[in-house]
Amino acid sequence: MALQPTADLATADPGRGGRALGQRWLGWAALALSVVFIGYVAVQLADKGYTAAVIVAAFLALVVLALYGTRRAVPLKYLLPGLLLLLGLQVWPIVYTVATSLTNYGQGHLVTKEAATAQDIAYSVRQVPGSPTYQLSVAVKAGSPITTAPLAFLLVGQGGSLYVGDSSGLNPLAASDATVTSGRITAAQGYTLLNLKDANQRKDLSSFAVPTAGGGGIKASGFNTAYEGKAQLSYDRATDTVTDSSTGTVYVSKGARWVPKNGQGEALPVGWKENVGTRNFTDIFTNDTIRSGFLGIFVWNIAFATLSVLSTFVLGMLLALLLNNRTIRGRGVYRSLLILPYAVPAFVSALVWLSMFNQQFGVINQVTGLGVDWLGSPWAARAAILITNLWLGFPYMFIVCTGALQGLPSDVLEAARIDGAGAFRTLRSVQLPLLLVAVGPLLVASFAFNFNNFGLIFLMTKGGPFLTPDAQIGSTDLLITYAYRLAINGTAPNYGLASAVSVIILVIVGLMSFPGFMRSKALEEVS
Amino acid sequence: MSELRSAPAPVEARPARSAGRRKDKAVVRAPLREVWWRHLLAVLAVLFAVFPIVFVISAALNPAGTLLTTQLLPKGASVSNFDTLFHDPARPFVSWYKDSLIVSFAGATLVAFIGACAAYAFSRLRFRGRRVGLLALLLLQMFPVLLAFVGLYITFAKVGDVLPSVGLNTLAGLTLAYLGGAMGSNVWLLKGYFDTVPRELDEAAKVDGASHARVFFTITLPLVRPILVTVFMIAFVSLYGEFLIASIFLTDVGTQTLAVGLWGMTTGNNFNALYGEFAAGALLSAIPIIALYLAFQRQLIGGLVQGSVK
Repeated sequence: MALQPTADLATADPGRGGRALGQRWLGWAALALSVVFIGYVAVQLADKGYTAAVIVAAFLALVVLALYGTRRAVPLKYLLPGLLLLLGLQVWPIVYTVATSLTNYGQGHLVTKEAATAQDIAYSVRQVPGSPTYQLSVAVKAGSPITTAPLAFLLVGQGGSLYVGDSSGLNPLAASDATVTSGRITAAQGYTLLNLKDANQRKDLSSFAVPTAGGGGIKASGFNTAYEGKAQLSYDRATDTVTDSSTGTVYVSKGARWVPKNGQGEALPVGWKENVGTRNFTDIFTNDTIRSGFLGIFVWNIAFATLSVLSTFVLGMLLALLLNNRTIRGRGVYRSLLILPYAVPAFVSALVWLSMFNQQFGVINQVTGLGVDWLGSPWAARAAILITNLWLGFPYMFIVCTGALQGLPSDVLEAARIDGAGAFRTLRSVQLPLLLVAVGPLLVASFAFNFNNFGLIFLMTKGGPFLTPDAQIGSTDLLITYAYRLAINGTAPNYGLASAVSVIILVIVGLMSFPGFMRSKALEEVS
Repeated sequence: MSELRSAPAPVEARPARSAGRRKDKAVVRAPLREVWWRHLLAVLAVLFAVFPIVFVISAALNPAGTLLTTQLLPKGASVSNFDTLFHDPARPFVSWYKDSLIVSFAGATLVAFIGACAAYAFSRLRFRGRRVGLLALLLLQMFPVLLAFVGLYITFAKVGDVLPSVGLNTLAGLTLAYLGGAMGSNVWLLKGYFDTVPRELDEAAKVDGASHARVFFTITLPLVRPILVTVFMIAFVSLYGEFLIASIFLTDVGTQTLAVGLWGMTTGNNFNALYGEFAAGALLSAIPIIALYLAFQRQLIGGLVQGSVK
């Protein structure tokens, strides 16, 4: 079958030739499509003002054209798709996580200092007597999601002139692009208007302000009207301070936000993102509350991975030894049934065990009559998780040990028997050492996997139980569930600290697998 | 499940296994009174292995549909839980199922194809940086992108600002996020298999005037189909069960995958009342993977066994 194409080429089948031409056209079409796609992405990027990304996209388009449009660099033609995905979706997230770990990025520190200052100033806009008012229609750019897209104000001034304002400023709107009904804009080209219900769901509407020249801003007052007010705050670039004109308070930048210079009163609400060097790491190792929690997590993380590997390996090995006897009837049936837990998706197993460990209704308490609050008390939760992981993991070890036992050289076993070793002595001195050599690398891999077994812990306990309602750290937290809660699941995400924890995990994982990498036969064997 | 990733080529396992079978037949069975204790222990282990599965089947068939009323062995049987599951507007199970299958299928197909492209280059073509590239890929596999989920999350939040169709809360974005390791995770496995396909076939075709693309698509790919199927299956199983990234990406109940959706069912206050529905869903979710295992059990076990002995 494989030789068929060449044979066909030799006989110059006209149908085949037509197909080859078709394939070439297909190739060109694919090339054109990808360039058009990159062009589209570049336009979108330019629209949002990501200049650097536009340059990267343009460069990418050139690379694609030069690579697939010519006959040069054949290997790269095959490697480019994977390479781009690798750089963009594996290397970049890791680099970005490391970079984020050196910042205070998180809730209240999401934007640059300039943007944060502008927001603080816009929030302070108050209506003053005589300030102009507008008829307001709230809108978003056409085609963008109305619940999340940046807001725009379509405004009709007192003289009837039309404006459109967004977070970058106020611009006039041509009368031909908008429909005005009874003093308000009811439709505008390029915009989708929000109705009252949609607008009510936009929590950002009350704080949104269109900055105007002279340090003021246009804010909504209700749904239909807006006023141009004066900001109470002003920024002085020369001294790098913010001053409140109504109270006279001077704010200085400290800890990535504006705080009153005299120490009296609240800081301004919006802080900014800045580099904090290694502070996240020093916090983890020196801040008393974080450090003690972190150490607790670390100890449990090691214990969990170790006990998981040990328990699954011991049970799997014993079962493999038990059934490693060709005289047993029904061996195949036993094996098929024992492997069954391995075939169930892990998330299903974890959730089913979660329900079985339920204190009030769970089948485990029903059958044993123990009444233990399995997932609500620290030690019981740890035990429950280890039991579940034993169930999840022993079939793998059973399969692996069965294979390794079958692979043991029979002459060694025979020699042991001739030397007069009993069954136990053969097991201890011959079979076990050989088995460990064979499955050792897999035990290390299993340890590394369990070290970051996010799914099991998160699905069963979310890292809990938490001993106090506001506790940051639960009794079964692994490092990775802790980082997850810091970044994603908490009320105030702290991406900086979460990234620092992730970096520590990366370092530990790297240290664990590096010896294996150095010993890998691959190093010499690349042919 | 990700332990599966290390499963090497199952190619040579089959003959070895069937040879073992034949030997089995010739063996005289031991009398029961000598090996009864082995049977006893094996039965105990089997009970441990299957009782959660029996329990969830029982719960799915339990007409009362709550956790409290679920017994280890079903008392009655009804499909009412499945009926509720398919018509629950708050929990679009069918759409979760579809999403899971779409993401796993698209992701696994791309993983297999991109891996095959890379393996072809590393196995068949000679270029500078080939050895270094292969080793770098191996080294990078030590750092799964899972651990950099913070960077991945922030990146995709920004991507969503520019291209909403591949941002957070989209299946396309999630699939893309899974492809970071597409080239590296399987390239060694694939390259090993590619190396076993004789180069003479390529050369003969080239002499006849076939381009490299023609050789790749019409000669190499059909010949390496077994390993492509293996890689596809490994990727499919691990994507189907992936939870961390899916839970970060898919927060809208309408776009979730099975793992995230089913988990959502267990977190509310009325888990007890929902239990029958949940169990029915859990059972149906497990079916595609169990079916894959049963169909490919021999290759799979052969692959794992080989990996351990090597």
